[in-house]
Amino acid sequence: MREDNVCKGILVPGLPHPLLCPEKNEGWQRIRDAYDKARIELEESGAEILVIYSTFWPSILGHQVQAYPEPEWTYVDEEFHDLGSIDYKFKMDPEFAELTATKCKERGLHARTVSYYGFPIDTGSIVALKLLNPDNRLPAIIVSSNMYANRAESIVLGKSIRDAIDASGKKAAAVVISALSNRLHTVEIDPKDDKIHSLKDHEWNLKFLEYLEKGRLEDVSQLSRQFHNEARVPKVVSFKPFWIMASIMGQNNLYDGNVLAYEPICGTGAAVVTLTPAEDTAGDLEYDEDDPEFYKGDREVLDFYDQPGMGPLEERDGD
Amino acid sequence: MSKGEIVMGALAPHPPHLVYAENPPQNEATSEGGWEELRWGYERLRDSLSEKDYDVIIVHTPHWATFVGTHFLGVEKFKSLSVDPIFPNLFRYNYDLTVDVELSKAIHDNAADSGLLVKMMENPDFRIDYGTITSCHLVNPKWDKPIVCISSNRSKFYFNSELMQANMIKLGEATRKAVEASGKRALLLSSNSLSHRHFTTEPEVPEDMSKEHVTNHNQYLWDMKMINLMKDGKTKEMIDLMPDFTEQTVAETEAGCLTWLMSALGFPDYKATVHAYGTVIGTGNAIIGWDPKKAKI
Ligand SMILES: [Fe+2]
Repeated sequence: MREDNVCKGILVPGLPHPLLCPEKNEGWQRIRDAYDKARIELEESGAEILVIYSTFWPSILGHQVQAYPEPEWTYVDEEFHDLGSIDYKFKMDPEFAELTATKCKERGLHARTVSYYGFPIDTGSIVALKLLNPDNRLPAIIVSSNMYANRAESIVLGKSIRDAIDASGKKAAAVVISALSNRLHTVEIDPKDDKIHSLKDHEWNLKFLEYLEKGRLEDVSQLSRQFHNEARVPKVVSFKPFWIMASIMGQNNLYDGNVLAYEPICGTGAAVVTLTPAEDTAGDLEYDEDDPEFYKGDREVLDFYDQPGMGPLEERDGD
Repeated sequence: MSKGEIVMGALAPHPPHLVYAENPPQNEATSEGGWEELRWGYERLRDSLSEKDYDVIIVHTPHWATFVGTHFLGVEKFKSLSVDPIFPNLFRYNYDLTVDVELSKAIHDNAADSGLLVKMMENPDFRIDYGTITSCHLVNPKWDKPIVCISSNRSKFYFNSELMQANMIKLGEATRKAVEASGKRALLLSSNSLSHRHFTTEPEVPEDMSKEHVTNHNQYLWDMKMINLMKDGKTKEMIDLMPDFTEQTVAETEAGCLTWLMSALGFPDYKATVHAYGTVIGTGNAIIGWDPKKAKI
């Protein structure tokens, strides 16, 4: 094992089924069991803080960091409300949240902490915290997923989080909450009949998992744009979780990968994967993507701006 | 029982900034004002409603997004705190509202009959989305009418705008039929902005109006194009343009609210009343009313 301030990386899916009704589908139960194994790995890792990045929490105004000391609520998912309510009480680390926001700003990002009673913590973070950290043994922070952020901004965000971890002197585990392929079934299915929405999604998931199993996190990060095009419903501009994860964990392939489960949840590719810093490397390849250190703001190159303008309206246009 | 009717339909966008700017007792955050043009527009919409008698508000909301079908609130009372996940600094609102479950179920059943996938939401712990609360508050700050709240099925993500619109047209028809059969008088709200590219930063004083403008000219032109079609009573043409408009301005019409409203109103060919147009952190927002009485004159 390699010494690193980020002593564990964990990928988990965020849908509520493994928490609320694992018994309804054998695969959901295997995901639940994998969460339990990841929890044990986490406990043995020596991590002192959990740094969560949730693709289930969108933000618009830069990056938000959850800093309310003890968020508490009875939560209901807006889609899966019939699975029941989730009571939660978590423990955040306001000081570390503040440090993270500060480090983001130092690298040119717009960032702030949010600390309000009743703030709607997202389904993914709730499920992950309930299953990975059931007794609030570790304090946590949650970082939002900016809707408009593309790669440069995401890489800088990951580095800023890394700066905060290094400055705190604490050992951290990075938890990333995201589906792989994200196409949900759009009709009601019998839980027993759950499957990955399409063979193509499944094949791309397997390709990503093959890399993760070998600890090739940076390779996965570099392939994120293609994965977004091939296996993602484009609800947001880009597939960011592995950019963030690789950036927090050091942008290399030096990990022991452990794929604890891969199953469909409502059609999406749900995987629980742990990454542990290792000496051995799968090889550092030649990478295409640039490696920004600072965020310099929107440069009019975001995807939305690629679209042609409408141009001036002709008189009688639309008549 | 006499036949029910839609007494008015309105485009009633939900930037939480507008509630924040009004400083109502329900909201914990306080402000020095801001976004007056839009708030005065809501005032004019409320004035236009003051002569109307209605029993229920039916709102179609982008911020209750569902992927498996369209969902309807199916519990009579909800009382809790709504905190906006994007703008928690502006919107922490204590709500206490009543749902017309009977009408909600009737629309649900009609929609099911027309082939749509539907579901009642019957979990009493459910938190009402801030879009619904904001639009309803701005239209009826007294909260003295029950509401029906309809989720937005995100078929645009999974298929495309055309399919989304086809479904919303069915849902609009189902809504109208259910209202007519209920004998009730309903106000319908489409709770969405038009162009929807936000700024990604916020001024230190959020209500600093020297910082407010549309994100880009492209958005402005498209918003005007759509609003002019509404003003001219060319709503079918507006719906035909909607997929392009939505694509070009990342418009919040992607949620289907406005298509649902136009369908429920039978695609008005009479003039809409534009109460206001303004921007909120760069997004385009219009407050517009359709009075079916005008169609009859
Ligand atoms: Fe919205």
